[in-house]
Amino acid sequence: MDLNLTRDEVAFRDELRSWLAANVPEDWSSWREKPLEESFPYLRTWQRRLHEAGWAAVSWPREYGGRSATLMQQAIFWEEMARVEAPPMANALGLGLIGPTIIAYGTDAQKKRFIPKILSADEIWCQGFSEPNAGSDLASLQTEARLEGNHYIVNGQKVWTSYGWVGDWCELVVRTDPAAPKHKGLTVLLVDMKSPGVEVRPLRQMTGESEFNELFFRDVRVPVENVLGKVNDGWNVAVSTLMYERGSYGARLHLLFKRNINRLIQLARTVPRNGRTAAEDPVIRQKLAQCFAEIEIMRLNQLRAFSRITTTGVPGPEGSIQKIFWSELNQRVQQLAQEILGPYGQLLAADSYAVDKGVWSYGYLRTRGNTIEAGTSEVQRNIIGHFVLGLPRSY
Amino acid sequence: MQFGLNESQGILRDSARSFFAGECPMSEVRRLMATDSAYDASLWRKLADQGYTGIIFSEEYGGVGLGKVELILLMEEAGRALLPGPFFSTVVLCGSVIDAVASSEQKKNYLVPICRGEVRSTLAILEAAASWELEDIQMAAVNGTLSGEKLFVTDAAVADWILVLARNGVFLVDKKSTGVTISPMFSMDLTRKLYAVQFNNAPVEKLGDLAGVKAAMDLATSALVAEMVGGMQNTLDMTVEYAKTRKQFGKTIGSFQAVQHQCADMYLETESSRSAAYYAAWALQENVPDASAAVSIAKIYASDAGRTVGNRGIQIHGGMGFTWENDLHLYYRRAKASETAFGDATFHRERLARLLIDRASVVGRSA
Repeated sequence: MDLNLTRDEVAFRDELRSWLAANVPEDWSSWREKPLEESFPYLRTWQRRLHEAGWAAVSWPREYGGRSATLMQQAIFWEEMARVEAPPMANALGLGLIGPTIIAYGTDAQKKRFIPKILSADEIWCQGFSEPNAGSDLASLQTEARLEGNHYIVNGQKVWTSYGWVGDWCELVVRTDPAAPKHKGLTVLLVDMKSPGVEVRPLRQMTGESEFNELFFRDVRVPVENVLGKVNDGWNVAVSTLMYERGSYGARLHLLFKRNINRLIQLARTVPRNGRTAAEDPVIRQKLAQCFAEIEIMRLNQLRAFSRITTTGVPGPEGSIQKIFWSELNQRVQQLAQEILGPYGQLLAADSYAVDKGVWSYGYLRTRGNTIEAGTSEVQRNIIGHFVLGLPRSY
Repeated sequence: MQFGLNESQGILRDSARSFFAGECPMSEVRRLMATDSAYDASLWRKLADQGYTGIIFSEEYGGVGLGKVELILLMEEAGRALLPGPFFSTVVLCGSVIDAVASSEQKKNYLVPICRGEVRSTLAILEAAASWELEDIQMAAVNGTLSGEKLFVTDAAVADWILVLARNGVFLVDKKSTGVTISPMFSMDLTRKLYAVQFNNAPVEKLGDLAGVKAAMDLATSALVAEMVGGMQNTLDMTVEYAKTRKQFGKTIGSFQAVQHQCADMYLETESSRSAAYYAAWALQENVPDASAAVSIAKIYASDAGRTVGNRGIQIHGGMGFTWENDLHLYYRRAKASETAFGDATFHRERLARLLIDRASVVGRSA
């Protein structure tokens, strides 16, 4: 056990740090409040700049334009990005989830065709997984693809698609064998979103924004060379994408959470409470300390999981602990913010009295989604129960 | 960065696990808990032969010279086995206090016999107010003697020496000397006995200043957290095993989500406690600036998790979990004793709050 950075890790961090110091745009703070539709070209430019310096996909193998970064280096990457409050990259799903899946399952032709444009943000990717009747039970999805000559004809509906409105390509899970057991009849297709018959509609969520879309497919023709992996082996391909999702997402959250709790401590010093400040109120102190402790433990769990994964090479069910931990913790932090801010906590960005431009009312609502997106807390507990503890399947 | 065990740490953990499984099975735990002191001389001899009684102390004083992470791994395995008796009191508490505050002459006198397994010893901290703040200690040595009462002193009946935290220093009292009266306090944990110790002009030897004790207390706290992790792991293992075999409504109860999700939470709580315990030990070993905060974070999380894991384990065992015959309650009792020892979650949340809120505000104001 040695939690000091190795010489290689220090070198990696220092190189990144000096690159970021010279390249992180200074005007991001004026863009970040704007709707994603407006800021998207800005984020594309930022990703391109990272890509040109080899920083867009550090986890990818060198031969595909990455840095073959270890998990620890990846953690350092996200921590440094968060430290300087760098803008996010435009092609988040392409870089984080879909690119790695194409690298793992794609043909040489597919890799050659898609990988460079994922890196350069010339082609933005979205994920067509969930359906109105297939959420946690993803394998029951109904969108069907019928083989006709050299094409699959796709019909169906997807929902909760991030980046659908701007997506050029979609990693789409479809049913190719309706007669097979539900996990065995699925195939992953790489679908050009400009194909005739694809319709994208915004899905308005409880925060009032539309981060997600609904996708409709009507007789959409997809050439057979766009099958990712093997026909009817789509479940394994899709699960590998989901593992990347659960494994990597928690890594970049630690500094964000830490920034939130430090800001809450600052705010608590200014809020009067029973004749003193909230920072002097024993109940608030207890809750601040509890959240701070859990944020630190989230980081430590992540580091331990990384050390474990480093020996096996792929993210495993350990990611499920992280998903439960960060999503439920984030909700507790937001509830604490509401308790500290009192009536001000409910004010939206539009209100001139709102604290911190309304981020706390937004955060309170947005974090309800945390325990649902990327696998509900219930599904994560099923995964731990069955795959980690070896209990019988419960469903 | 490698937040996992290296090869020799893995070997130490495995050999400790098989040592405790062989030498301290639950039948032995139950036999010892029914005795007055929960102490067994032959088990103690074996602990010493393994080098466990000198694990973290310098070879100069007869120790093995391993690090704090190694101690934490040993304590985790001791906790898994619910090791009864004065190991924690003697080695972790007294040993590290002596190591932290005593002169090298005193270490030769007192640390060497501890490492060799020739003595048992304990540390008397709490008084009637039962406060874990060292500032609240009232007892003071006068003219080389101590008078007054210390409470919740672990394993005092089998201790050869009692180290006493007093306002004006750390003092060693030989139990055979005049003016020391020990009486049992009957409490939940049957495997680690508590005592009230009365001092009546008992002659003492000063080992050092109270200020030097803080780091040793941090180490003892993180070692106790590791022991709690071992207890949680055993409770989790027993519960998962039970959930896989117990049938109701024609199915194993582990197939019900109401049961399975509780097991998942037990796993999450156990692993999170372990992460915190390992980091605290490493931070103390490396003397990193946030080491004290790391200890509080570990004690905050494990104090609550130890209890919650026990609650869930008993609940999942149903009626069996409420019987004397089932071992869960023995771990549950230890978990409660450990929860309050060195300050519970509430105590350490306030301690952490002082570091985070108050100290930072002073820094903020001056900046």
